Amino acid sequence: MMRFLTSLLLGLTILTAPVNAQDGPLRLELDQGIIEPLPFAVPNFVPDSAAAAQYANDISRVVAADLTGTGLFREISSDAFISRVSSFDAPVQFADWKAINADALVTGAVNVSGNRLTVRFRVWDVFSGQELGNGLQFAGTTEGWRRMAHKVSDQVYSRITGEGGYFDSRVAFVSESGPKDQRLKRLAIMDYDGANVQYLTDSAAIVLAPRFSPTGDRLLYTSYETGQPRIYVLDVDRVRRTELNTPGGTMSFSPRFSPDGRSIVYSLIQGGNTDLWKMDLASGQSVRLTNTPAIETAPSYSPDGSQIVFESDRSGTPQLYIMPANGGEATRISFGQGRYGTPVWSPRGDLIAFTKQNKGRFHIGVMRTDGSEERLLTSSFLDEGPTWSPNGRVIMFTRETQGASGRATLYSVDISGRNLRPVRTPDGGSDPSWGPLQN
Amino acid sequence: MNVLGKVLALGALSVIAACTNNDPSALGGGFGSGANSAIAPGSPSDPRSPAYFQQTVGDRVLFSVDQSTLTPQAQAVLQGQADWLLANPDFVATIEGHADEQGTREYNLALGARRANAAREYLISRGVAGNRLTTVSYGKERPIEICSTEDCYSKNRRAVTVLTGSTLG
Repeated sequence: MMRFLTSLLLGLTILTAPVNAQDGPLRLELDQGIIEPLPFAVPNFVPDSAAAAQYANDISRVVAADLTGTGLFREISSDAFISRVSSFDAPVQFADWKAINADALVTGAVNVSGNRLTVRFRVWDVFSGQELGNGLQFAGTTEGWRRMAHKVSDQVYSRITGEGGYFDSRVAFVSESGPKDQRLKRLAIMDYDGANVQYLTDSAAIVLAPRFSPTGDRLLYTSYETGQPRIYVLDVDRVRRTELNTPGGTMSFSPRFSPDGRSIVYSLIQGGNTDLWKMDLASGQSVRLTNTPAIETAPSYSPDGSQIVFESDRSGTPQLYIMPANGGEATRISFGQGRYGTPVWSPRGDLIAFTKQNKGRFHIGVMRTDGSEERLLTSSFLDEGPTWSPNGRVIMFTRETQGASGRATLYSVDISGRNLRPVRTPDGGSDPSWGPLQN
Repeated sequence: MNVLGKVLALGALSVIAACTNNDPSALGGGFGSGANSAIAPGSPSDPRSPAYFQQTVGDRVLFSVDQSTLTPQAQAVLQGQADWLLANPDFVATIEGHADEQGTREYNLALGARRANAAREYLISRGVAGNRLTTVSYGKERPIEICSTEDCYSKNRRAVTVLTGSTLG
């Protein structure tokens, strides 16, 4: 695992003289309410050998799937292609791509030498006949081919939208199997698109709600392995876990890292009452942040680490509050109808995603940090637990269906409310935590 | 009690539990015995058996939606539990708090803890020593009924007193 991740990107090379991507005429503005997906073509990347052919095909397909999966782009089938791209360096026949209405074209080449894989690619604005940004070359090991494909996709996405991508990222989640009354739960991690699932725990004890560290190296989660819910931190690469020593009070849960990764905020139950505490990870010392007879849980830091948004029923029903990161007076921000929970601050800092329960339905929604401009993105029997993509454009969450055969599935939705889609996992899935873009 | 006696009592109890206990979380609980009468020790007709506690005294109390206050019926059941625990001082218990699926995972964990604690406080108010009573919340993780209607929800909003063993080694 370690070796794979560290050796993936042996090199990144710029292939042409710099061209300022900001000047490119092709640009998808994500805040303009995109209705019509941008048509693009990804002809199979050109392999340099028989050994490279399968990788070239697979990488092209993953790039196309990444872009299509955003809902912002529409792939033009290769059946419609007029040109064949048989050489990476040959001039692009723009007229042939214009004729099939491709706005963007991604060309690439794949070289394999032993265990070493090199991917080169260029992004073209078909109508102006210009390259968007620089051609790039990624080199690494063959086993890292999927990550290299996602890196290409992140570049394409960035150059066309002007925003960071989210494809070369991982999601930690709880893999679920068995009926509702005997459900087995295992901690798992996968690529953002559901590929490469790895299990991090067995199903001997209930595990809940993994939470990535800011750099993706650790996971916080809650496990019942002692018989009580308690917080653990897991080193992702070594798959080694440590129980965190929370102060008097047997049950602790709902942990989340601070943006600097040095401390955590969490819920501790004492005498039946749930309050928020903060722990310095180096010293293991905890300090209390709230002290009320109400339930205080589901804390999440602002990206600058100065504030914490959380859920409390101090008003009588669960609502969202913001307080300074070291505790102190909290300000209520949710005032709509219904019950609000699991607030999560967006990585851009501008929005808070939440779970809302109203009139027997559950919703995933977003609001500004002052509680204004609330928008509900989903509606179902039971949606909960949002997590943000690294670029703050997509939310992943848990959807559970009702009844005796009810099953939990991961879903993602654009913050516009469009592009609701399930994320495929081998079994049921819940409690996603979307990690950062990988290096 | 010696270890062997405990193991035998456990074996006998688990047969009964498999027939009558629909709470999976209780199956693994290490029951003590304390059986010491002419009636088949450990059988539901032995008033000193955990099976008797579970079936005749009643091991659980139910709650209204989003509530942790004890209804008069719940208080009556807990009074019976307190009487039994006072008459059988060898036992300790874990009170499990549960919620139905209407609510987020985190909130339900906290709500289950409130419910378990409400039951524990009531038992203490009736004379049971606090050091015999621990609590755990399962939130919505361990429903016993799996339909998604109030019929099932009402049974899932519960605090279950699970006898976990003897205070005597």
